[in-house]
Amino acid sequence: MSAIEPAARPAPSPASAEPLVQVRELVKHFPITQGIVFQRKIGAVQAVDGVSFDVRRGETLGIVGETGCGKSTTAKLIMRLLDPTAGEVRFDGQDITHLKGAPLKAVRREMQMIFQDPYSSLNPRKTIGSIIAAPFAIHGLRKGKGERKRAVQELMETVGLNPEHYNRYPHEFSGGQRQRIGVARAIALKPKLLIADEPVSALDVSIQAQVLNLLRDMQRQLGLTLIFIAHDLSVVRHMCDRVAVMYLGRIVEIGPADELYAFPRHPYTGALLSAVPVADPSARREDRELLSGDVPSPANPPSACRFHTRCPKAQERCSIEDPPLQDKGTGTSAACHFPLSREEVAEIGVRSAR
Amino acid sequence: MRDASPDQGRLEGDPPHPEGRQDAGTGTSSEPLLRVEDLRVEFATDDGIVHAVDGVTYQVSRGRTLGIVGESGSGKTVSSLTTLGLTRSQGAHISGRILFEGRDLVALSEDELRTIRGNEIAMIFQDPLSSLHPFYRVGTQLVEAVLAHQDLSKAKARERAVELLGLVGIPDPSRRAEDYPHEFSGGMRQRAMIAMALANDPKLLIADEPTTALDVTVQAQILALMERLQRELGMAIVIITHDLGVVAEMADDIAVMYAGRIVETASAELVFSGPEHPYTWGLLKSIPTLAGGREDDLVPIPGTPPSLIRRPSGCHFHPRCPYAQPEHSRIDPQLQPVPEKASHDVACLLESELRRRLWEELRRGCTPEQAREAVGLPAPPSATTEPGAAATQTGTAASGTSP
Repeated sequence: MSAIEPAARPAPSPASAEPLVQVRELVKHFPITQGIVFQRKIGAVQAVDGVSFDVRRGETLGIVGETGCGKSTTAKLIMRLLDPTAGEVRFDGQDITHLKGAPLKAVRREMQMIFQDPYSSLNPRKTIGSIIAAPFAIHGLRKGKGERKRAVQELMETVGLNPEHYNRYPHEFSGGQRQRIGVARAIALKPKLLIADEPVSALDVSIQAQVLNLLRDMQRQLGLTLIFIAHDLSVVRHMCDRVAVMYLGRIVEIGPADELYAFPRHPYTGALLSAVPVADPSARREDRELLSGDVPSPANPPSACRFHTRCPKAQERCSIEDPPLQDKGTGTSAACHFPLSREEVAEIGVRSAR
Repeated sequence: MRDASPDQGRLEGDPPHPEGRQDAGTGTSSEPLLRVEDLRVEFATDDGIVHAVDGVTYQVSRGRTLGIVGESGSGKTVSSLTTLGLTRSQGAHISGRILFEGRDLVALSEDELRTIRGNEIAMIFQDPLSSLHPFYRVGTQLVEAVLAHQDLSKAKARERAVELLGLVGIPDPSRRAEDYPHEFSGGMRQRAMIAMALANDPKLLIADEPTTALDVTVQAQILALMERLQRELGMAIVIITHDLGVVAEMADDIAVMYAGRIVETASAELVFSGPEHPYTWGLLKSIPTLAGGREDDLVPIPGTPPSLIRRPSGCHFHPRCPYAQPEHSRIDPQLQPVPEKASHDVACLLESELRRRLWEELRRGCTPEQAREAVGLPAPPSATTEPGAAATQTGTAASGTSP
């Protein structure tokens, strides 16, 4: 198993240790242009708009939110697959926001990504062996042919693939197995940070658990730090130590998973949790409170608190004064002027409430 | 490919209709609205015959909701498309009977079927964007749905279209009827699809993964809308989904499908409180729950769903079943009533007493291996405990599951 032995690295997070990832006031606006030859900027999609958080070493941070809330954009900004409009990303103590060329390549070796769609994230014309070996090739590691093959086969075994299938092509594998290939490729370089962007949402129910268990095993074995992006709140609950809830490009609540699920303070977190269908007909509720309407356009977000147009608790103040993300005294930080009380959490039917 | 007479349409060598067979579904009214009897749908492909639906029997009563649960390639969509005659043009061999208010839909001509489709039986699909025509205004498409079955003036049909949009909760319906589908959000598009399905007051609504493409808060809105409309209009619903949470919220009765067959069917309460089939157990144990502990490991079902061209012998689930015994690869289980449990059918070769004890163990949090030991059941013959074992049955499983 020499290919994936845990690298010598500091033990996960004593409280004083510096976080692995520090994101500060990160902003990404995509311009909306008009005209073909002379493009005029007529607006901007505010995909990510002032997001700050830390990811501690060895933990799993979940990012949840609905389509278009900016969770994937945030991940791509951390990976430097997109250039931020403003703000700062620090990785392992180093400011990587404006790195280019060789230094950026060196940092990228330490962070890897697993994508949502196992069908389009593997090159159909390459064998599994060369797909998993790609990180070695890119970074010029394990150059000997035999050595590289051995390393790849060890990786395949680690993620539960048959090493004899080294020369097969992606179409010969099922969705769950393709996601295993993606995991093998991602851990090949023993990264410090793994970002999984909706890693199981394209998989069948019975296969999801296989991949979730694999990710957790890999994290335990390799001491990985994991950013886990998903829209499925039950899956995030199962995987994550801490959870950040995003809405229209901002974090509205962040905190330890246990506290956040037991006592959500932001009305949006409460609405998300109460909307999750639960596999128990005896817990069926007839008239639960539903969030009305749709998510507003990120090109033209509401003023001040972005949730005020759909919030059942909104007051005049919410459309004038932007609530800061601050500790609400129950374990989580929420950006809300009028956070939920325990009675309200019980009333809207949050089934993870305690 | 389909012949006019039902008997000629049946494949050679098929058994005759099993008239006195035990019903799946637990409707109690004398005549169910929809009654599917021993439905088989097969597609001839270059690789072989795809047995998409293999002897499925169920029924839906008026005003009730049946949830059909299964993974991709379990035949849940093909069985409902066949109800509407939508698999006919694809070279399918269809046999069995689909009785809608006593009329056999399999035997109807295309013209006769067209008077029922979209009228008495309506369907909504998973992806609302690709189900709406991008070129026409939403209102125009609704008017078309209304005029297809009702003899109205254009102006009246237009009124009806706006009324329908209002009914499904689209604000300012007369203005939004002028919009094109791309101007609607995902949730509104699905509302528009539901409005179109309701255009002619259907008695049965078939919803195929109606919320899979939607966000969780929008999903909750759509499910609540379907429940409200069912209460107000009294229609029956067949909801097809892979999401156990959605069926638990919506369904009165549940049918669990695996590899083209129903392996378990009962009321929703019974399926969730006392599931009988190892596949159902596997599904229930492999999903994380909101209230569950972070430290509990999920228990995945090993392996992958089988190819519908080369299905496993005997019980189709035996290669993935932790409780399989040598004879299970030879004997084909039939859907039979569970002893002492009225209206709960299961297709499993294990003794019902043994099943009950296994589920008790699983429910207490045991792994399948521990449960097996606790009841003294020997390990399956080809024990595939190593996760990599899944890799041995790739290829066909990945490529052969959909026609």
